[in-house]
Amino acid sequence: MEFGPHLLLAVIEGSVGAAVLALTALGLSLVFGVMRVVNVAHGEFYMLGAVIAWYVATFLGAHPAVGFVGALILAPALVAVIAMLVDWLALKRVGYDPEATIVATIGFGYIFQQLTLMGFGPEARPVDPPFNSRIALPWFEFGENGLEFYFPWGLSVTSYKLFVIGAAAVLLIGFWLMLSRSKIGLVMRATELDRETAQAFGIPVDRVYAIVFGLGAGLAALAAVLIVPIQQAHYLMGHDPLLLSFIVVIIGGLGSIRGTIVAALLIGLSDGIISVFFSPTLAKIIATLLVAFVLVFRPQGLYGKKAA
Amino acid sequence: MLKLDNIQAGYGPVKVLQGVSFEARAGEVLCLMGRNGAGKTTTMKAIMGLLPLDSGQITLGDVTTSTLPPHEVPKQGIGYVPQGRRLFGGLTVAENIDVGLMTRGKGKKTREFVLDLFPRLRERLNQRSETLSGGEQQMLATARALCLEPSVLLLDEPTEGLQPSMIQLIRDTVDKMRDAGVAVVLVEQRVEAVLDMADQVVFIENGFSRETMTPDALRRDGALLKKYVGI
Repeated sequence: MEFGPHLLLAVIEGSVGAAVLALTALGLSLVFGVMRVVNVAHGEFYMLGAVIAWYVATFLGAHPAVGFVGALILAPALVAVIAMLVDWLALKRVGYDPEATIVATIGFGYIFQQLTLMGFGPEARPVDPPFNSRIALPWFEFGENGLEFYFPWGLSVTSYKLFVIGAAAVLLIGFWLMLSRSKIGLVMRATELDRETAQAFGIPVDRVYAIVFGLGAGLAALAAVLIVPIQQAHYLMGHDPLLLSFIVVIIGGLGSIRGTIVAALLIGLSDGIISVFFSPTLAKIIATLLVAFVLVFRPQGLYGKKAA
Repeated sequence: MLKLDNIQAGYGPVKVLQGVSFEARAGEVLCLMGRNGAGKTTTMKAIMGLLPLDSGQITLGDVTTSTLPPHEVPKQGIGYVPQGRRLFGGLTVAENIDVGLMTRGKGKKTREFVLDLFPRLRERLNQRSETLSGGEQQMLATARALCLEPSVLLLDEPTEGLQPSMIQLIRDTVDKMRDAGVAVVLVEQRVEAVLDMADQVVFIENGFSRETMTPDALRRDGALLKKYVGI
């Protein structure tokens, strides 16, 4: 395949990764922005989303679409409930102290990982996509008769991958609308800006924190349900999303939703393109180097606010 | 109406309030005076439930507010204008007002009332509150508290750093609230403002409420100002 079609393929693969990464990192960024909690268990919430998706899809059986839709509803909801329990059991009790919450979420991350290993096992298990037809993509070249379109051999994408990109875009827009236009979004933003004054205006900050922590974990689980028909569920699958989410959140600017989405596109696309043309390891090395540059030259990230 | 009965509170091991008592009555302005660090702002925070009491109690009518969780206190009808305004800087003027309205489920009528009170805010509804001038920020902080239709209004140094026309606007608003039967608790450093506005003056010293008197009595005994405020 020529370079052009090859690049198009890499961009599509990168877009799938960017879409899922944007959702995952958004959860991490939301939790940090509102609660000032660095959730080290975020990757394990992602993993739990995928594993629960496999259980739900297997239990419902029937057509893959039934299992997938069931997983899309149940897995994020269950993971959100688990996260709210973690908030109630640990984070609230340590007064949301930044250091103590890091230790607590590391601990819960290991607990979730080992419980999954004991119950789910060490195998990687697939969830069938609800649909998976192959769509040939056109390419163009300038021939004797001007611009000509044709379908190069091997230049195709599955309909499910396009669905993942579209679904993530819809979810991100929906999330932005929720945050900027709804009452609960206003309450979250007010809490993020000034916890004490929010309380003085009747906002139950502890309840908002529980909802935000559940929502953040639910977003990670949602991303995992979308990707599990492509990548399979495995008890160690939370590591890469956690690392990449931290990279995205640092580059985008801690707590900045806009920065998170822009950085997710940057990292996801570059990860996809470099992985296709060179190797996935090189992609991770470059992303990590990018973080180092950002930390040195623009510590607040692309859209973060400079500390006063 | 709002009664503080020998309250003690502080920040962790640091005891700031060691015995503050007073009663703010409906339709009256009670001014808290004292030197920096005496405990005036801490008293306001304790009333709002933002600091747990070590002992004593705070009641509003028949309700003991000091046993309520902090977010339930404003719902009893206590509006708070904190020192330094503490606006939600990243939110627009309209959103700051909406937060105030949400507290007690007030609607369009209350919103129109506060915007009529501060017409300048109506022109800035979509502007981020952190970009407003100091005077406009104080208007917004006051408007946000009035959105609760409070029976008690706490104002912590509302005229700090404002130009004279703005100070007059805040004083007019306090007068309107008093006329409407609101109990106003005011922390204020300007003696002439206290003497003009207050119905009662409470001096706080080292975390204790020392003396309660009328402005007329204070005019007669200037030594008290020297003693408690250093003027």
